[in-house]
Amino acid sequence: MTVLSLIILLPIVNALAILLGAPARKSALIAAWTQLALTLFAVFGYNRAAGGVQFESSWNVAAEWGMSLKLGADGLSLVMLLLTALVTVAAIHVTPRIEKREGLFYACVLLIDAGAAGAFASFDLFFFYAFHELALIPTFLLIGIWGHGQRHAAAWRITVYLAIGSIILLVGLAKLYLAQNVALLHGHRTFDMVVMAKTPGLIPAAAQGGIYIWLLVGFGVLISLVPFHSWAPGAYASAPTPAAMLHAGVLKKFGLYGLLRVAVPLLPEGAKQWAHLLLLLLVLNILYIGLVTIAQKRLDMMLGYSSVMHMGYVFLGIAAGNAVGLSGAAMLMLAHGLSIAALFAMAGYLRQSSPTLAFTDFGGIAKKAPFLGYAFGMAAFASIGLPGFANFASEIMVFFGAFGSTPRPGTLSFSAIQVAVICGLWGVVIGAVYMLRAYRQMFMGENSGTAQVAEPSCCFRWAIIILLVALLIGGVWPRSYLSFIQPSVEALIGK
Amino acid sequence: MDTAKLFPWFILLNPLIAAVLILVATRKNHSTSAIISTLSAFFGLAAAACAWSLPEVHSAVLWIDFGKALQIPLGVKLDHLAKTMLLVVTGIGFLVHLYSTVYMEHDESKARFFGHLSLFMFSMLGIVLADNFAMMFIFWELVGVSSYLLIGHWFTRDAAGKAANKAFIMNRLGDFGFMLGILMLWASAGTVTFDGLNSDAAKAALTHSPHYLSAAIFFIFCGAVGKSAQFPLHTWLPDAMEGPTPVSALIHAATMVAAGVYMLARVAFLLNMESCHCAGMIIAWIGAITSILAALMATQQDDIKRVLAYSTLSQLGYMVMAAGLAPNPEGGPAMFHLWTHAFFKALLFLGAGAVIHALHHEQDIWKMGGLSKTMRVTTATFAIGTLALTGCPGLAGFFSKDTILLAAYEHNKILFGTALCTAFLTAFYMTRLFAVAFLGKPRSEAAHHGHDCPRRMTWPLVILAFLSIFAAYGAVPHWFGVEHHEGAFVPALAILAFLAGTGVAFLLYNGVEKEPLSLSLFRNKFYFDEIYGAIVAGTQDVLAFIAAGIDTVISGIVRATGVVTVGLGYALRLFQVGNVQAYAFIFGLGVVALIYFLVFR
Repeated sequence: MTVLSLIILLPIVNALAILLGAPARKSALIAAWTQLALTLFAVFGYNRAAGGVQFESSWNVAAEWGMSLKLGADGLSLVMLLLTALVTVAAIHVTPRIEKREGLFYACVLLIDAGAAGAFASFDLFFFYAFHELALIPTFLLIGIWGHGQRHAAAWRITVYLAIGSIILLVGLAKLYLAQNVALLHGHRTFDMVVMAKTPGLIPAAAQGGIYIWLLVGFGVLISLVPFHSWAPGAYASAPTPAAMLHAGVLKKFGLYGLLRVAVPLLPEGAKQWAHLLLLLLVLNILYIGLVTIAQKRLDMMLGYSSVMHMGYVFLGIAAGNAVGLSGAAMLMLAHGLSIAALFAMAGYLRQSSPTLAFTDFGGIAKKAPFLGYAFGMAAFASIGLPGFANFASEIMVFFGAFGSTPRPGTLSFSAIQVAVICGLWGVVIGAVYMLRAYRQMFMGENSGTAQVAEPSCCFRWAIIILLVALLIGGVWPRSYLSFIQPSVEALIGK
Repeated sequence: MDTAKLFPWFILLNPLIAAVLILVATRKNHSTSAIISTLSAFFGLAAAACAWSLPEVHSAVLWIDFGKALQIPLGVKLDHLAKTMLLVVTGIGFLVHLYSTVYMEHDESKARFFGHLSLFMFSMLGIVLADNFAMMFIFWELVGVSSYLLIGHWFTRDAAGKAANKAFIMNRLGDFGFMLGILMLWASAGTVTFDGLNSDAAKAALTHSPHYLSAAIFFIFCGAVGKSAQFPLHTWLPDAMEGPTPVSALIHAATMVAAGVYMLARVAFLLNMESCHCAGMIIAWIGAITSILAALMATQQDDIKRVLAYSTLSQLGYMVMAAGLAPNPEGGPAMFHLWTHAFFKALLFLGAGAVIHALHHEQDIWKMGGLSKTMRVTTATFAIGTLALTGCPGLAGFFSKDTILLAAYEHNKILFGTALCTAFLTAFYMTRLFAVAFLGKPRSEAAHHGHDCPRRMTWPLVILAFLSIFAAYGAVPHWFGVEHHEGAFVPALAILAFLAGTGVAFLLYNGVEKEPLSLSLFRNKFYFDEIYGAIVAGTQDVLAFIAAGIDTVISGIVRATGVVTVGLGYALRLFQVGNVQAYAFIFGLGVVALIYFLVFR
């Protein structure tokens, strides 16, 4: 048993125990904290000098297909596992009293956690995909059973949408598997991602474009790449707090992680072929969705759209294709996950005072609840890229990486990706507009709203503080995360 | 690392420690928080004074390191330029802290105020000590956020929240250009450090394409336009007066808004690289336009702080003009004027604060009057500040303004004419302010009961008044690389402008009861706020509305094209299954597809 299999098994076992009658919240908390401890153990136990994939373990499933349950972790996976564990701890802490079927609720939360951790720790293409699917099902259940507003419609929409995305992705992954140049693999195809990454020229250049677009659309649906984004804001608005936190914070990163892990190293030619489409879509993600976000009148919808918008920056880092941009993208996945989880947690808390979360229902919260004022302000400023938080450090790497990915300029003219960077910089202004507007309406001013907000409990506060501290660490000293991310990314692109 | 290298880090981190301590630990204990913050400001001043005699110190660690691809250091550089700016920031910072202990005495969020004030000091010192563009940008934004927090200190007031947002967003607008400029310089020269950009290799790369360099400098300058509130991003500064008055003195008069000028001095070497001097001329013109527009607006304001705010805009315009005309790595006339201006403008703001404090938050100068009889120390120091600002011969402001006028005279006669007009207007509006507020008869109940404030408030006034007189004597001009000039023509014209402005205003305003002039264009600040409001409403909000509409349509289409999904839904309902089973079905389909691909192809 490696530490990774424990990290994945622990929440599953606890979920089963809860379903069999163990005290729900307590078991979930124990599982989450133990998992965080195990993850930290793995993070500190990882030999950074040696690098590469460590904690490997493998169970043969279908040898003739080259399929096995292969677990492992490099720096990139570890950072994603850390994100999973942190957000899970916070999500369970901020969960309010569950009135109906408490056991099933916490079991679902733990299963999302297990699925996400499994996907990030899998180095077998099939299980990488399957673990994510495992995490999606409880997400739908959480929205459908414990959601707000039009929860049935929202649950149904996200189910169909993500299922279609998953199928497209599956086709893409199958095509990838079938396109493998078997001559380089001793005659056998393989699902083993470590082997695949170590075999240069595995996918013939001519076939890459056709595979890449399937992966881009498939992962793109899961990440809410424009125009496949319309499931996201509504689903987050309807989802119960932990589901919104875990999906927007962690699970959505699966798609980005997949692009980094699969598409970037294996399909460089395909990426070049579709580079302009990707740039166009990511600029839409930033500017178009940014404008849509400005027009929102409710906190949950605004956060949902802002989360869609910020995916554009991660895509920009991926589009850069160099170590700087990709590392920035990877760290932004972590940073965005932490900040959006904190924001959704506090939005969920505010929902107890006003079910619609309309801005006009609130006013002067910072006066009545100073902690909430500070914490929300910090998370909001983090998400709009204020220096001091990991989001800024990541975005600056994305910008530098993308801007420098074309040859040095001779004259005053910008390449397509540099124009995308300029659009991205403008998005930073847009972010400030919608976040500060919302903050002023809800937290500043006199107590004019109808909603009465009290200071949250101590337990809630610590959950938020944990997320914020993780953000501050990355913002003040980015190398604390980069020392894990950077070598893995450099290995991915063969540097 | 030897101790000398640790010294600038101590200067930088000292206020951060105070801020964290206050915000985390002593939030509820107001007087302790004030003491911690003020002590840290005092340590800062002491350290800055010690630093004066130290040799140049440079120390850096790599913050982000991708080898040749990208290196962003976190470095502090204590050179001559930084040392002078350090004296301004910590000196005025300490006096403002001292003053605030009284001014904010009865504020219910005093601890928060001092915490944020220390946070500001940290951010500002970061800009001063930064050895590279990326670090300067980091602290640039942090200064923006601490300014946001302090403008919004009384956030329950609607106007304060709005002003804070406006300031932050306007600054972000400038930072958009700043970051782009940094990226452009880096893409060309491969480094973000000031020393690196100043090297021969970088110079060869940068001057290779003159237009590229000019554009990059222009974008960098956009950052200064935002932070130093230059036209067309100037509208946030007057609104920032919603913050407590000590904040206006420290941040929105002496230090933060001067950061743009300091940055221009830091990048003077880039301006000197420019062969066509295009960016330099744009900078000079923006500065000149700001200085005269703001001076015109100042002539018709009634709020004592707003007059001073527009005056600050105008003086910053002077400095920016000088920075564009005569770029000088030692600072030149721009930094020289920044130096003197910091003292007399902080003095004027703190004096205004004393008046506001004594008059129970009355800020309308037409409800003051006759304060010279009841507030003697305040009046005397305010008069000195006014004379220094208006360019009365012999005071600090005269000398520094003279160097700017001289630079304009040497380079461009139209700019010189504009600057001279501004000098006249400055004398005019400041005399108007002084005559209306301090002379004549009291025009309100509150004005009858004016009184000088406690010593902790008047001492800073006296010290600043002393500096406003003597801060330009001796070796001081040489600190900024400013040469003494023999010619008498320019000083004579400057004195003439001073006399004319003062005289006209005195004749117009001495002893009057209400505004004798009414110029609605100036009073309404050339309608900039209205125009910008219309632009934002007409573009951003309309676009946002349209985009949101499109997005609703897209989601609608998606739902409509859910023919498949609807069909699927009906099919599933036939089997009376719920969402999970439906999903399992689709997942199953996926597995079937996978098997199909694997086995049959």
